[in-house]
Amino acid sequence: MADIADKLKEQILQARQSGRKLNIEGGGTKTFMGRAADTDADTLKMAEHTGIVEYHPVELVLTARAGTPLAEIEATLAEEGQCLHFEPPRFGDASTLGGTLACNLSGPARPWSGSVRDQVLGIRLLNGKGEHLRFGGQVMKNVAGYDTSRLQAGAMGTLGAITEISLKVMPKPAMSLTLVQDMALEDVIQYMNSRAKESKPITGAAWVDGKVYLRLAGAKSAVEATAEKWSGEVMEQGDDFWRQLQHMQHEFFAGEQPLWRFSVGSTATNPDLDGPWLIDWAGSQRWYRSEADIAQLETLAQRAGGQVSLFRGGDRTDEVMHHQPRALKEIQRRLKASFDPDGIFNPGRLYSWL
Amino acid sequence: MTTTPKISRAELAEQFRAFIDPDFVITDDETMKPYECDGMSMYCEMPMLVVLPETAEQVQRVMRICNEHHVPVVARGAGTGLSAGAMPHKEGVVLSLAKFNRILDIDPLARTARLQPGVRNLAISEEAAEFGLYYGPDPSSQIACTIGGNVAENSGGVHCLKYGLTVHNILSVEMITAEGERVTIGSDALDVCGMDLLALMTGSEGLLGIVTEVKVKLLPKPEVAQVVMAGFDSVQKAGDAVGGIISHGIIPGGLEMMDGHAIIAADDFAQAGYPREAKALLLCEVDGTEEEVHEHIAQAEALFRELGATSVKTSQSEEERALLWKGRKSAFPAVGRISPDYYCMDGTIPRRYLAHVLLEMEKMSEEFGLRVANVFHAGDGNLHPLILFDANVPGEFERTEAFGGRILNLCVEVGGCITGEHGVGVEKIRQMAVQFNDEELQQFHDVKAAFDPSGILNPGKGVPALRFCQEYRSLEHKQHEHETVEAAHG
Repeated sequence: MADIADKLKEQILQARQSGRKLNIEGGGTKTFMGRAADTDADTLKMAEHTGIVEYHPVELVLTARAGTPLAEIEATLAEEGQCLHFEPPRFGDASTLGGTLACNLSGPARPWSGSVRDQVLGIRLLNGKGEHLRFGGQVMKNVAGYDTSRLQAGAMGTLGAITEISLKVMPKPAMSLTLVQDMALEDVIQYMNSRAKESKPITGAAWVDGKVYLRLAGAKSAVEATAEKWSGEVMEQGDDFWRQLQHMQHEFFAGEQPLWRFSVGSTATNPDLDGPWLIDWAGSQRWYRSEADIAQLETLAQRAGGQVSLFRGGDRTDEVMHHQPRALKEIQRRLKASFDPDGIFNPGRLYSWL
Repeated sequence: MTTTPKISRAELAEQFRAFIDPDFVITDDETMKPYECDGMSMYCEMPMLVVLPETAEQVQRVMRICNEHHVPVVARGAGTGLSAGAMPHKEGVVLSLAKFNRILDIDPLARTARLQPGVRNLAISEEAAEFGLYYGPDPSSQIACTIGGNVAENSGGVHCLKYGLTVHNILSVEMITAEGERVTIGSDALDVCGMDLLALMTGSEGLLGIVTEVKVKLLPKPEVAQVVMAGFDSVQKAGDAVGGIISHGIIPGGLEMMDGHAIIAADDFAQAGYPREAKALLLCEVDGTEEEVHEHIAQAEALFRELGATSVKTSQSEEERALLWKGRKSAFPAVGRISPDYYCMDGTIPRRYLAHVLLEMEKMSEEFGLRVANVFHAGDGNLHPLILFDANVPGEFERTEAFGGRILNLCVEVGGCITGEHGVGVEKIRQMAVQFNDEELQQFHDVKAAFDPSGILNPGKGVPALRFCQEYRSLEHKQHEHETVEAAHG
């Protein structure tokens, strides 16, 4: 546990003075994400900036430095019967809280429990001028000033180095149970959405290899009563399935073939493409393995009300994120300049033009 | 920053009338009068003109003209805001979105609704009811306030702890930028690539763009909801009971607290059957499946008794539940009956400081000679102290404002913030300098400039000009020193 904010600030100021660029790195488990990092740039290492700064279980709020490993945070919460209920994926023991927010990563419970961005209450951030800024707070509601905390979700460090995050935490559900049954891809979208429309304690809906998995979690009586009403077999070791899905350790994710992420309308008809699919988030997040070309997939994703990105593998020198319309591109360029006027942080990591 | 507009009222009106029904380009003082303020009626200003477009294309043209001539634009929904965020600019245009009042589409399977910004908050849930769905955030003004205003303020309500704020319940917005570009932020999906601009837009108080369409998420209506009402003989005990419920792993749909003054005022008004002798009252609503509610209600009742509740009562019917809420939801007008005027504050605090903050407020109340009643979103730490005053007594509003300012400073001191859901607007702009330093405020100005290079959208609101902040901070500092000296001599 160490506070190295002053050292980080110093490095930013030096980079600014000498015209150097900085790649921000936490635990180094997400280097495969985004476009290839600028090999000319130096590394701003966040991994030593660690420690839980404040945690009051009754407030349901935890504040930690950005380099704190998720594993440490989750262990601390578990002692109090609480959890990060957005179920952050971990790609290794070193995965940090800061990287999770920068990449906006959330697990299977996301449609019901919200995303990492939804739980963020406030942050501290070093901008490109080396100013250590504090936004938001440690309370559930705070509308003073623009929400520059949640703005960081998905920005992949292009706006600055997040140094500290306050976020909402929740009690662990009293029990959970998984129902599984065979179903064809053509039927599963309608099925998952009809289940999600019921007022039942559902916290997971996924489909892979011809089987649909629904997770129920919450008060024991409610979970058991719902399981009796709904079809599907109760799955032994159901939690293992969701854990594999959360950390992308399910065999669907294995191998080198490019992994595409479709973030689309939950009820959209699945794009007519050959190759393996895994459907999560009750239809809102769909994974696809293929050597396809991004332009072709973008059209299909847009038709499904959303966007596509090349999550892992493939050509990472080209764009890997869905293209931005001209006006939004311009706004994001200006926003980048407002936080990082010299373009020091993560050059080209999110988009070639940012 | 804005420069003085180079166009006269008549010229501007003529340009607007070329594409907007002339009846809805308003320039006479009498018709413009209702637009001079929002729900925070202490702050008034007459605009140069008021315009009511009815299509996004018209909004685009209005923005292009205003941007070209550097005319300030203040967007307005139902005008129920409580921070003077929709107070007009005297050299500017009020752009009312009142004609954008259609629910465009409800998709029951996807659980979404596509809305024009002028649709009333409550109307969404009314329309969605036939599908067993509703819209989560429910601010007290939900009968009148609009979804566009909710996006601008990131509105909450009494169910935030479990169901979140506006930012958690919207999927996308279509907006017109200051430069007249029409863009969609967000999508039908739960996230999009790149920075989270949708979060940035939510709660931006009309300073970054004009929202012309909103897509919201709808939630399945819980099978059952029940309220436990518990009275306590001290605020401290009630505060501890809130912590007790949450530590027990129960996340109530709503968890509200009222102090002694508010209990009596609300009970007089609504005859809700509140325990009038109690010093603090908790309303704890549990919702979900029948089994879950049954299980949690029993646990909540037992916990409240264990933690020293002097009375515990659970609603046994929908009517009873509605009545218990009626008292709380009408707390503001109820307080309005016992005082000529009241001033509603909106600070948030970490819950563990509740007793401390209420005690300090009690002391300030004596010092300023003004009564204060408290209603509190206990679940999420959002305080609504109501300072009672009489605007007809010279100097009393100024004293009320000073009192309010001190309450907000106290909130910041204990790690909270100056506004939980009402926004900064004009009203709390001075306190921004207490919560943020100059570097942070400058970053906000730079964010604004990225969206609105000429600074025409709602200028003078939300973020204070840095040159005023130093002055305000030193004024605060002097006042603080003065009080310390007084206390030492006293």
